[in-house]
Amino acid sequence: MKVTLENVHKSFPKGKSEKLEVLRDIDIQIKEGEFVSLLGPSGCGKSTILNLIAGLDKPNSGSVKINGELVKGPGTDRVVVFQQGGLFPWMNVLDNVTFGLRIKKMTRQEAEEKAMDALRLVHLGNYANNYPHELSGGMKQRVAIARALVMDPDVLLMDEPFAALDEQTRLILHQELQEIWAKTGKTILFITHNIREALTLSGRVLLMSTRPGQVKSSFTVKAARPRDPSDSVIVHLEKKIMGELEEEMEKVLKEEFGDDYRFKTSAIRDRDHSRMGDHI
Amino acid sequence: MIVIIAAWEIISKTDLFPAFMWPPLFIPNVPGGPTVFGTLINGLITGQILNATGVTLGRMLLGFVIAIVLGLTFGYLISRYKWIDDTLGFFVTALQSIPSIVWFPLAIVWFGLGFVSILFIVTIGATWTMTVNSSTGFKNVPSLYINAAKTLGSSGGHLVRNVILPASLPHIISGLRVAWAFAWRAVMAAELLGGSGGLGYLLNVGRSIQSMDLVLAIMIVIGVIGTIMDNQVFLRMERSVARKWGTRT
Ligand SMILES: Nc1ncnc2c1ncn2[C@@H]1O[C@H](COP(=O)(O)OP(=O)(O)OP(=O)(O)O)[C@@H](O)[C@H]1O
Ligand SMILES: [Mg+2]
Repeated sequence: MKVTLENVHKSFPKGKSEKLEVLRDIDIQIKEGEFVSLLGPSGCGKSTILNLIAGLDKPNSGSVKINGELVKGPGTDRVVVFQQGGLFPWMNVLDNVTFGLRIKKMTRQEAEEKAMDALRLVHLGNYANNYPHELSGGMKQRVAIARALVMDPDVLLMDEPFAALDEQTRLILHQELQEIWAKTGKTILFITHNIREALTLSGRVLLMSTRPGQVKSSFTVKAARPRDPSDSVIVHLEKKIMGELEEEMEKVLKEEFGDDYRFKTSAIRDRDHSRMGDHI
Repeated sequence: MIVIIAAWEIISKTDLFPAFMWPPLFIPNVPGGPTVFGTLINGLITGQILNATGVTLGRMLLGFVIAIVLGLTFGYLISRYKWIDDTLGFFVTALQSIPSIVWFPLAIVWFGLGFVSILFIVTIGATWTMTVNSSTGFKNVPSLYINAAKTLGSSGGHLVRNVILPASLPHIISGLRVAWAFAWRAVMAAELLGGSGGLGYLLNVGRSIQSMDLVLAIMIVIGVIGTIMDNQVFLRMERSVARKWGTRT
């Protein structure tokens, strides 16, 4: 197993003595080369899971392992692509991409050659000398992906990397990411709250429940690649996941509006079918 | 500007004030008499003003550099450790509100009248603003940058030098700018009171020999240096950072 989470619990201090339980008894296993999506409503603890795997935070109990070894802190075997990219605005694109390589004591020339290869992989070979603010949102995310890929990590962790992008750009990046995955065979954990995105990209979708977050169910996506959204397997799964998510949404809404609230399932279902499950 | 100069010149030609109190700028009242610009040029040529400027700038620079190092260090500690923030951080805000020249009596007792006292006043004048600004800068570094850097293998000193410091550069530069302004005022006040060379000391000499042309000439030098530093050095730094980051409005 590449990534293993066993009985992971995580809570954050809230106020003086209270605790906010975010993750309860999480068990996740990801095989080498697998592309897994983590899907769940906002605030269910998806980013928290990713931070635990990245070593940016520690679980209260349970274990997080990479290749069978306990995660003790951040390491370059697991690189993160953050939702907001996280490019350094004071460095140009090339320096951003070589940042991690230079720490590895690679010579400047070697690092720059590798960085250029990675930039060409995401079709940004001509933007090496630009500063991040000169790029569009989609280009920034591609640089962030190049910066992660160039480290040649064992596991690529992606936290809603395309959430801030428009539909067109997102579709293009889905295409590119699938190509990259096919080419490099990396193990990828992809966080999203977009059902269609999860189904387009991944081999397995893990569905999380609302806080305290638990893995509610797991779906294997047995559809041919490149994925076609009208593929019957995808359509079927989309309906199924939507149904489960509605249950979760109902819980959230009940919590927020009180017990007498009746969630109108039909209201969501009938609205603009083509965008079904885009945003939950 | 021209109007002011002309008005000044005319007043100097009337008998409203004696010439030593209100000296002419360009045209001497009596042939060979003193003018502000004459004295200025002369002072630059003979080296009197030039030397004094050199002495002052030397002290300034030394004090300023010490203040920057101290300010960045304190600022980093304050941003890093909560208990230092609660103690030193609070203290610094109080210290910042004390004009640095107020330290002078104490400095004289501690270090004697002279170079060290002046240096002390300059340093203390710039340190606290630098501390406050840099700690604000460090505290406001988005955790996103730090997390991104950590997952790319950065930590410890590398993280501070390559991420935390550059990420807080906008705050640090505005800190430098204000700190310089404070130090500039401090060095003048200290030299006026504490003697031993420098532009402030020369001002005092000018006063004692009742040579207002010298005093005004020095004031012009002070103003010019202040403006150059602010506009040419710090404003440029701010602009170049803003251009790189794309935050220019
Ligand atoms: N450092 C922290 N301190 C306190 N509470 C936190 C912290 N980080 C996250 N939380 C809380 O934990 C919960 C889960 O947060 P998390 O960011 O993991 O959610 P998420 O599933 O990624 O949501 P989204 O889809 O909106 O990004 C939230 O309620 C959040 O307020
Ligand atoms: Mg999140």
